[in-house]
Amino acid sequence: MSVLLIFFLAFAAVVAVVVFWAIGAYNGLVALRQIVRNGWAQIDVQLKRRHDLIPNLVETVKGYATHEQETLEKVVQARGAAVNASGPAAQGKAEGALGQALGKLMLLVEQYPDLKANQNFLALQEELTSTENKVGYARQAYNDSVMAYNTTIATVPTSLIANTFGFGVEEYFEITIAAEREAPKVSFN
Amino acid sequence: MLAMGVVLLSLGASIGILAVSWRGEPTIDDQLVGAFFGVLVGIATWIGSWIYSAVDGDRAILRSVGAREIEKKDHPRLWNVVEEMSIAAGMNGMPRVYIIDDSAPNAFAVGRTPEKSSVAFTSTLLRTLTRDELQGVAAHEIGHIVNEDIRFMTQAAVLVGGVELLSRFFIRVGPFAARGRRFSGGGAKKNGGGGGVAILMAIAFVVALLSPIVIRMLYYACSRTREYLADASAAQFTRYPEGLASALEKIVAHQRTSNGGELNGAVVPLYIVNPLEATKLAAYSSTHPPTDSRVRILRAMGGGASFVDYEAAVKKVEGDRLRLPALELAARTGERLNTRAADPNQDPFEAVKRARAAIDLIDSFAGFTPILCLCGLRVKTPPESTASHVGCPRCGRVLDVPKPETEQQKVRQSSLPSTSDTDGQQHYTRATDDWEAFSCNCGQTIQLGAGYPLDYTICAKCDRRIEITPAS
Repeated sequence: MSVLLIFFLAFAAVVAVVVFWAIGAYNGLVALRQIVRNGWAQIDVQLKRRHDLIPNLVETVKGYATHEQETLEKVVQARGAAVNASGPAAQGKAEGALGQALGKLMLLVEQYPDLKANQNFLALQEELTSTENKVGYARQAYNDSVMAYNTTIATVPTSLIANTFGFGVEEYFEITIAAEREAPKVSFN
Repeated sequence: MLAMGVVLLSLGASIGILAVSWRGEPTIDDQLVGAFFGVLVGIATWIGSWIYSAVDGDRAILRSVGAREIEKKDHPRLWNVVEEMSIAAGMNGMPRVYIIDDSAPNAFAVGRTPEKSSVAFTSTLLRTLTRDELQGVAAHEIGHIVNEDIRFMTQAAVLVGGVELLSRFFIRVGPFAARGRRFSGGGAKKNGGGGGVAILMAIAFVVALLSPIVIRMLYYACSRTREYLADASAAQFTRYPEGLASALEKIVAHQRTSNGGELNGAVVPLYIVNPLEATKLAAYSSTHPPTDSRVRILRAMGGGASFVDYEAAVKKVEGDRLRLPALELAARTGERLNTRAADPNQDPFEAVKRARAAIDLIDSFAGFTPILCLCGLRVKTPPESTASHVGCPRCGRVLDVPKPETEQQKVRQSSLPSTSDTDGQQHYTRATDDWEAFSCNCGQTIQLGAGYPLDYTICAKCDRRIEITPAS
C-alpha cells in the first residue's frame, strides 16, 4: 500500500467520524427543541384545565357566601380575560391576575366554616391546589427543557452546528405579577 | 454496567481458556482461540440479557405483592401528586397508580418504558406522609422511571444471573471433564511456553472463581448509584428536597418500630428504602445506600434544587468516597436552581384526614358500604351484612342500609320519581323525611338517606347538580 493511499484512507476516516458526529449533534438539537415545543403545549393544557375548574368553584362558593359578590365577580372577569389572552406576554399577565383573584377568594373562604366543611368544596379545593401546582410544574418543566436546550446550543462543539442550521435561543416563560415586582417598603414609624 | 460487561466477557474468556486447556496438550495459541470463543459466548449472553430485559413482567410483580390499581376518584390527592410529578418530569402521560395494603410505608416503580410504567404506594405511606413528602416520594419513583432505571437494573440482574450460572456450571463440571486427560507434560515439548500455559490456566481459574463475587458487588454498586440519581431527580422535579428528606426519615423510623410488614423479598431492590435496612445487613451488599447518607445529602443542598446543587452536596457530605459519574454528566448541562417554599396548607387535623382517606379507600376496595349519619359519622357496613337497619355507634340514630341494586329495583327504576327541570337546573322535592330514591335525567338512580343534611346533591354519573327541597 502506498503512503498516499494510507494518508487518503486516514483522512477519509477522520471526515467520516466528523460527519457522524455532526449528524448526531443535529439530531440531538432537533430532539431538544421538540421537547421545548411540547413543554409549551403542556402549559396550555394545564391552563385550560384551570379555566375549566373556575365556574364550578364560583358556583359552590356562591351558595354559601352570598354577600361576597364583588370578589366572585373579579374572579369571573379575570378568568374571561385569561381565556381570551393570546401570546406569551399577555398570557403571562392574565394568568398572574387570575392567580391573584383566586388567592383573594381562598382567603375569603376562611371566614365561612360551613363552606370549609362542605365535601364538594373540599374536593374542589384539592382540585384547585393541584391545578395550580400542575400549571407551576408545567411551567417548570418547560423552563427546565429550555435551560437544557440553551445550554446545549451554547457549548462549543455543538454551537457550530446550532449556528449553521439556525437553532435559536428559546425564551423562558414567566408568569408576571405586577405587585411582586415592586420592592416591599418597610418602615418602622 | 460497562464494568459488569467486562467481567462477563473476561469470565467467558477464562472459561474458553480452561475448556481448551482441559482437553489436554494445550498451547498458547489454542488457549487464545478458546478465549476468543469464550468472549463470543459472553457477548451472546449480554445481547440475550438485553432482549430478556425487554420482556414485560410488571403485572406479575404487582400482582405478587397484592397491588390494586386506582383511578382518580379513589384517591384524588395521590393521583394529583403523581400527575404533578409526571408533568414536572416532562413525561408524556403518567404512570398507572397502584395501592398496596401493607403495614410498612414504602413505594416502588416498575416499567420498561415511561409510557408503560406503574408506581405503587402502600396504604401506611399514604397515612403517614404530608403532601410535600408524598410529592418527594412520587418524584423519586418517577425519577427512576424517567432515568430508565428499571430496564437498566433488570438487564444488570440478568447479567449477574448469567455470570453466576456460567461460573457455577464450569466450576462443577470442569474438573470431571478433565479427568483422564493428560496435562501440560506433552504440550511443553510441542510449542514451548509450557509455563505460560499453566499461568494462563491459573489466572483463568481464579477469574472463574471470583467473577460471581465481583459481579455481585458491581451490581449492588450500580443499584446504589441509581438511587442517588433518583434522589437528585426528585429534588429537581419538586424543587423541595426537604420533602423527600423528611419522607425518608419517616419511612425508616417506622421500620425501626415495626417488624417490617410482609414485603416480598424478591422485589427488594425496587423499593424506595431497603425494607431490610433496619436488620443491619452489611453496607456493601445492600441494594440501597444508607438512608441517613441520602437524607444528609438532600439537606446539605442549601437552597438549591438542581443536579449541580446535588453534586455539590455529595462532595460536602461524602467527600471523595462517593463518585457518581452519571450525576456529574447531568450536572454539566445544568445550572443552579432555587428551592420553592413549603406547602402553606398546614392544617392541624391533616393527619387525621389523611388516615381517614387511606382507610376509606381500603374499605371501599373490600366492599364496605358507607352511610352518612346526621351526626357526621360515616358508618360502614360489611358486604356480607343482610341487615336492613343499623344503629349509629356515636349518636344512636337508626339508619337504613341502602341495598345494592337488585334486578327488581332495576325494573322499578322507570317508576321512580324523577326530577323537574326548571331553568336548566334540576329540582327534586322530597316526599318524606325517610330514605328515598329518585332518578336523575341521565338515568342514574340517586338515593337519599334519612338524615341527608345538604340541600343539593350531585349526580354520580353525569355530574349535574340537583337541588333538593325538603318535605313539607
